[in-house]
Amino acid sequence: MKKGYKTEQGDEVLVRTCGWSPPGDHPVGCGMILHVKDGKLVKVEGDPEHPISQGRLCPRCLALTEFENHPDRIRYPMKRAKADRGKDKWERISWDEALDILEEEVHKIWDNYGPESIFVSQGTGRQASLYAPPMANACFKTPNISFMMSGSSCYGPRTVVADFLLGAGYPELDYAQFFEQRYDDPEYEVPKYIILWGKSPLQSNPDGFYGHSLIDLMKRGSKFIVIDPRLTWLASRAEYHLQLRPGTDAAIGLAMLHVILGEDLYDHEFCENWVFGVDELAEHVKQFTPEWAEEITWVPADVIRGAARAFATNAPSSIMWGLAFDTQQNGAQAGQAMLAIASVCGYMDVPGGIILALPSSFMGRWRFETSQYVDPEVFAKRIDAKEDHPAYATGPMCHPDSILTALETEQPYPIKMTYFYGSNPLSPTCYAEPERWYNALMKCDFNAAHDVFMTPTIMALCDLVLPLAGFAAQDAVVLPHFGRNTHFLGAINQAIDPGECKSDIEIDMIVGKRLNPEAWPWETAEEFFDAQIHTQYDWDFSDLRDAGVFQQKQVYRKYEKGLLRPDGEPGFNTPTGMIEVQSSIYDDFGEYDLPFFMEPAMSPYSTPELAKEYPLVLTTGGRDFVSFHSEHRQIPSLRNCTPDPLLTINPKTAAALGINDGDWVLIENQFGKCCERARVSYEVAERVVHAAHGWWFPEQDGEFPNLFGVWKSNINRLIPMYKVGKLGYGAPYKGVLCKVTKVSDPDAAMQDPTAYVAGEDRGPNSFEDGSAEKSPYLYQNFHPGE
Amino acid sequence: MTQYAMIIDYKYCTGCHTCEVACRQEKQIESQEEWGIKFAEFGPMRQGDEWYWDYVPVPSNLCDLCVDRIEEGKKPACAHHCLAKCMEVVSVDEVPARLTDLGAGGVAVFMP
Ligand code: SF4
Ligand code: SF4
Ligand code: SF4
Repeated sequence: MKKGYKTEQGDEVLVRTCGWSPPGDHPVGCGMILHVKDGKLVKVEGDPEHPISQGRLCPRCLALTEFENHPDRIRYPMKRAKADRGKDKWERISWDEALDILEEEVHKIWDNYGPESIFVSQGTGRQASLYAPPMANACFKTPNISFMMSGSSCYGPRTVVADFLLGAGYPELDYAQFFEQRYDDPEYEVPKYIILWGKSPLQSNPDGFYGHSLIDLMKRGSKFIVIDPRLTWLASRAEYHLQLRPGTDAAIGLAMLHVILGEDLYDHEFCENWVFGVDELAEHVKQFTPEWAEEITWVPADVIRGAARAFATNAPSSIMWGLAFDTQQNGAQAGQAMLAIASVCGYMDVPGGIILALPSSFMGRWRFETSQYVDPEVFAKRIDAKEDHPAYATGPMCHPDSILTALETEQPYPIKMTYFYGSNPLSPTCYAEPERWYNALMKCDFNAAHDVFMTPTIMALCDLVLPLAGFAAQDAVVLPHFGRNTHFLGAINQAIDPGECKSDIEIDMIVGKRLNPEAWPWETAEEFFDAQIHTQYDWDFSDLRDAGVFQQKQVYRKYEKGLLRPDGEPGFNTPTGMIEVQSSIYDDFGEYDLPFFMEPAMSPYSTPELAKEYPLVLTTGGRDFVSFHSEHRQIPSLRNCTPDPLLTINPKTAAALGINDGDWVLIENQFGKCCERARVSYEVAERVVHAAHGWWFPEQDGEFPNLFGVWKSNINRLIPMYKVGKLGYGAPYKGVLCKVTKVSDPDAAMQDPTAYVAGEDRGPNSFEDGSAEKSPYLYQNFHPGE
Repeated sequence: MTQYAMIIDYKYCTGCHTCEVACRQEKQIESQEEWGIKFAEFGPMRQGDEWYWDYVPVPSNLCDLCVDRIEEGKKPACAHHCLAKCMEVVSVDEVPARLTDLGAGGVAVFMP
């Protein structure tokens, strides 16, 4: 890339930058040139010199001018009396006054209840992922910070499974992301097969993976095996599509292992040297034939066999595992099976396989090291479900399901303040049973947030809101995979005046200087990034600006070279020093050491009585090109591409229900209801429907109870809280039951949230109804008496 | 004056909407009722024993093939940003050779 990041061209200033958030996105860091005229962002053009994006941009960055110049942006701090929550009675205030209020409220809680009574609610993907934990720990001194899906169901579960079993950061597809020459580097090999498992990267660019590099690889000959309840566009072009029943991924994994180990298709040399527990696993999976899996998963045994053979006998091949592993109770086991498949085939850290990395390098480490500012006695009070889920409590965050219980019951202590860190969880993104959260959060003495637009969450619940700057108006660093497997660092360069808006790190610093100055010695974002960069490199943020991106070095087969363990010894950073397909530590957590299948808590087989009333399996969360979860609904050219929330339903099912494409339909189960528009398509099987998430309607009345229509098309109203796995992770966002009927009124699901009555049962158990004997591999069978 | 044509290797088109939004920005088409390029979706349907599912972007009467950009040595805005790198605008003379290179399976040529 050319040196320097700012040039003038006629009456425009051109600023080169990398993208992140807000507006929301994962840390993909695409390269772009921002055109600024008279201080205003007038155009965005992709930067052809960027090694990963190569000039390409997705619609969200191409609509950045609409975001930056939007009349509804929050541009200054605002306060509102607690009694006026839900009313549009915001009053503009200065930053000084805003900080005075925040400081005073935090001190009140510190003095009267202790810092642990403050809770920080974090969303996904945005820069918030890096800077929310430090705000909790090093500003508010509370250990209670969490990503807010039930069972922390996004990324966390996969990274924890990878930590426990691989002792490495996030295992990522090798798409030549570390090479300047990319696919042409002589060391690189194109993967022969890529398994896309519960993942649709074209739309989601997950965790900073560049989605359309799959098209680059398709053009270079990679074939696809897609394991997904949806026929995605990539699945329509795949050699094998395993269209499984949602939530049965572990059964697919076990059957694939049955084929690979049973037919002796695995890499013996790699297994002997580097994999622990292969013999035990081989013995264990003898019983899990593809025919066994066919009954459970609805995938023909031949397809499972064919896919397993193709994958195992074509080296190198690779796997990408997606959010579907996180959004189910049995996901940790599905993940264990998936890692086992990749490991026994010998595809770990080889060209064209799966790239491994040392976890938590660079800023990923700083974010969790800030926990030192939490008093150890306070830290010990973290609400992390230690008793029920000791494995979860070894992780960095509090337990969201248990926080909800604490909010409701004030046990073990009351939560008195919540800070929404650039997140909009009432919209169907994070919170399951959102009305329940709404009622619980209304009990707090004080709620605050920072964000870019007035969201239903802020309108409903907050007393103070701070204005967040878009990435075009800030200096920052983007690092794909948040430091867990980071192929480059990119400079985010301020192109326009932020006005009174501040970036996440600036808000952390300015709040931190009031509440805990010792943790926040830096004056500017640039100083902060210099300090972070210097922990690893001898250059500065200004050098990164000039360079554009800094591609990290990577070598293959790091386990042979002592590059995956802090002690520099060869092997993996696990207790056995090997990849553990049989865990040496799960037993201590009360978890079975080998992967097993557990029927979803609510399914045609585990709850057959409910299935009579709610015959369809509901999956949610598939992404769209033109939004990031609940974001971008107010951006005209993006909303125009997808104006309504869509329920995808098979043509035969739709015909039987008298539903036509475009009809409004009501999706219901025993927890709640939601209205979406029918999209009649063969994308889903006859017994499955897929509902879009993240919907609210910024154009509608924002005041309570409507709250920008947040209750109308809120698919998370059908998802229960606290149906998690033994490790404390995973929840059934992608697997409950429902029925669908045609309605004429798009507001048919609207309901006053205060009328919501939460179910009696708030425990981590399943919906037991005596079906344990019928399904032989239920959780209960491995945990008798629980 | 050179005559240009747009070639879309639509077998790789993922329906990402990038061309639509890029064109909107480039040509400053603010009304959501109008567009410079828009794709049609065919499928997913079983045809023969395969899935058929294609997106085919079609430039409208508002498309001028970004001749200004081409003359400055740049790609048209849609092609520049296309996530699948499956669009190009070439002079009409070059079309047959490009079609031969791209091969069958879903390629379209437009002269809007
Ligand atoms: S993936 Fe899309 S939203 Fe994210 S930086 Fe790249 S172009 Fe922007
Ligand atoms: S060539 Fe230019 S005018 Fe035509 S569709 Fe593409 S961006 Fe629009
Ligand atoms: S930008 Fe390319 S891949 Fe995206 S819709 Fe247009 S032609 Fe298809």
